[in-house]
Amino acid sequence: MATPRLYVMIPTDADTVVVGAREIKSRFSSEIGAQGLSDQIKVIETGSFGPSNAGVIAAVQPDGVVYGNLTPESVGEIVREHFCKGRICGRFLLPREYPPTVEQATDARHTQAAGRIVLDNCGRIDPDSIEEYIATDGYEALGRALTEMTPPQVVETVREAGLRGRGGAGFPTGLKWSFCAPVQADRKFVICNADEGEPGTFKDRLIMEGDPHKVIEGMALCGYAIGASEGYVYIRGEYRLSVERMRKAIEDARAMGLLGKGIFGTDFDFDIEIKLGAGAYVCGEETALIESMEGRRGVPRLKPPFPASCGYLGKPTNVNNVETLATVPAIVRNGAAWFRGFGTENTPGTKVYTIIGHVRRPGLIEVSAGVTLREIIDEYAGGMSSGTFKMAQLGGTAGDVLGPEMLDVPMDYDAMQKVGHVLGSGAILVMNQTVEVADFLDSCMRFFRHESCGSCNPCRNGLQVLGEIVGRLKKKNAYPGDIELMEEVCMTLKSAAFCPLGQSPASPLMSALRYFRPELAAAVDPRRERPRTQRVRLDLVELAV
Amino acid sequence: MKNLEELRKIREEVKKSMSMRDGAHRGKIVVCMGTCGIAAGARETMNAFMQALDERGISDIALTAAGCAGFCEQEPLVEVEIKGERPVRYGHVDAAAANRIVEAHLVGGKPVGDLVFG
Repeated sequence: MATPRLYVMIPTDADTVVVGAREIKSRFSSEIGAQGLSDQIKVIETGSFGPSNAGVIAAVQPDGVVYGNLTPESVGEIVREHFCKGRICGRFLLPREYPPTVEQATDARHTQAAGRIVLDNCGRIDPDSIEEYIATDGYEALGRALTEMTPPQVVETVREAGLRGRGGAGFPTGLKWSFCAPVQADRKFVICNADEGEPGTFKDRLIMEGDPHKVIEGMALCGYAIGASEGYVYIRGEYRLSVERMRKAIEDARAMGLLGKGIFGTDFDFDIEIKLGAGAYVCGEETALIESMEGRRGVPRLKPPFPASCGYLGKPTNVNNVETLATVPAIVRNGAAWFRGFGTENTPGTKVYTIIGHVRRPGLIEVSAGVTLREIIDEYAGGMSSGTFKMAQLGGTAGDVLGPEMLDVPMDYDAMQKVGHVLGSGAILVMNQTVEVADFLDSCMRFFRHESCGSCNPCRNGLQVLGEIVGRLKKKNAYPGDIELMEEVCMTLKSAAFCPLGQSPASPLMSALRYFRPELAAAVDPRRERPRTQRVRLDLVELAV
Repeated sequence: MKNLEELRKIREEVKKSMSMRDGAHRGKIVVCMGTCGIAAGARETMNAFMQALDERGISDIALTAAGCAGFCEQEPLVEVEIKGERPVRYGHVDAAAANRIVEAHLVGGKPVGDLVFG
């Protein structure tokens, strides 16, 4: 077949499918067919390349034109006018505040310097085509590692690169691998954590939907490095398109001999299976995830032993986040020094964020680690959509709230820690002055109360008390002492809750107090007296400490 | 997949077909495809260009369509724009002429004098 002269690339992710991306795609194909241009113009599906509230999008290459908010009617006009006669249909173009193409999205200074490591293929290749992944240097890292490197060398490369876990905690990946690698066992496992339960975070979904083979290659590299030959991708059940694309990618890799026995003519065997989660927030925690994989209720395990020695089925197991694994092929291919050229000293590389809320251009971005929040909002998200910046929450509902003072702190793991915050998983929720802090906290607390498993007392009772306090703050009829009580319960949860779910509600609450104490204090009604029943419950919380 | 060579072979093959996806080109061929162009055979011209570029493995030249340029009598009308050079317009470009243009102008770097219009 001749090389097409024009590509219509339609980002299909779960969001655009809902608004009709598949229908638009078939409409393009039929209109192009009707004009007799089928052999000149190719319509393909790609992953998302960023914008997330612009309906169905179609990028036309090599013209560098991006249409947005497409309807079936507009498709006919675009085909007749643009594709046949070369007249770009101005009125269907994506509004100018969106970066017109992936290439032009790199206008922002930092992306240009850094380039994309994880999302480089998203929006540019057909995720269902293993050949296209190979054409963008895919599986080269795996081939080279298997034939030219020893497993300890792979571990060492990742360690030298300074890659840190992108799931939120920022634990050094190479170090994690080096725990699991020397353990002797008949079976070892690599698990890709694609549970992504943090509200507002959807980067892993878009990585799997846009470039599934990258995750597979990362897993195979991890398997080789730690001596595992079985891999599992734990995907939450709601991520239907991710499951579909990962499944197809695994099948294609198997058919090509990139998974299975004797990969690249070596004696390395590796295969991957998909496990579906049922959508419990706590299953994002690695030991709860393993419990769930074994068919039990998703409740975290007591550590130690850590999964590196005793994980899935009691065997040594390495669990990494999707983004972490998707970063590995580029590191192995280009070397640790190359990777250290991006980001900061203690957080090399790039970070993928989903930015949502009151910004002009919500969506998916990948930036050099260490870029400040101000730059992310102004340069990558097109600035505030309305009003002025009041606060942002980093890393989903379990993340910290940042006030305007924090706009210029570099966003890397250590710099954030230095100012008493956590970088988190990669969600950035930006809020303007119309949002009341108590309203926002109330919705956070409702989430935690819903997700708490109830097995430990501090979390079960503490969240109840916190929920009630925040509810009163929202109604502006809090009892005197409520804020102090909130602090106390937060500290109790932090020190006594069994798992991260119970420990994390303290993050949004305490950080909100740090920046907005006067606003919250104003919701206290000094005339109200706390009823006796309340005090009884508080004693229960006290007992838990 | 038995070895790296096999992988690299697939890569080179597919890479060629994907070359039109990014904006980095040293130039482009614009085929005027208004009603007048199509009536004069611009479709065949377009196909001829596609085939000619493919045969020679040229992947850094984009091929696009445009509407009527106002010189209907000269159709099929083709414009070749190499970055950093003055655009050259050719008239009455049929399949044979398309091949000559690709060979002389795009490969050889010299416009085809007798086909130039305007």
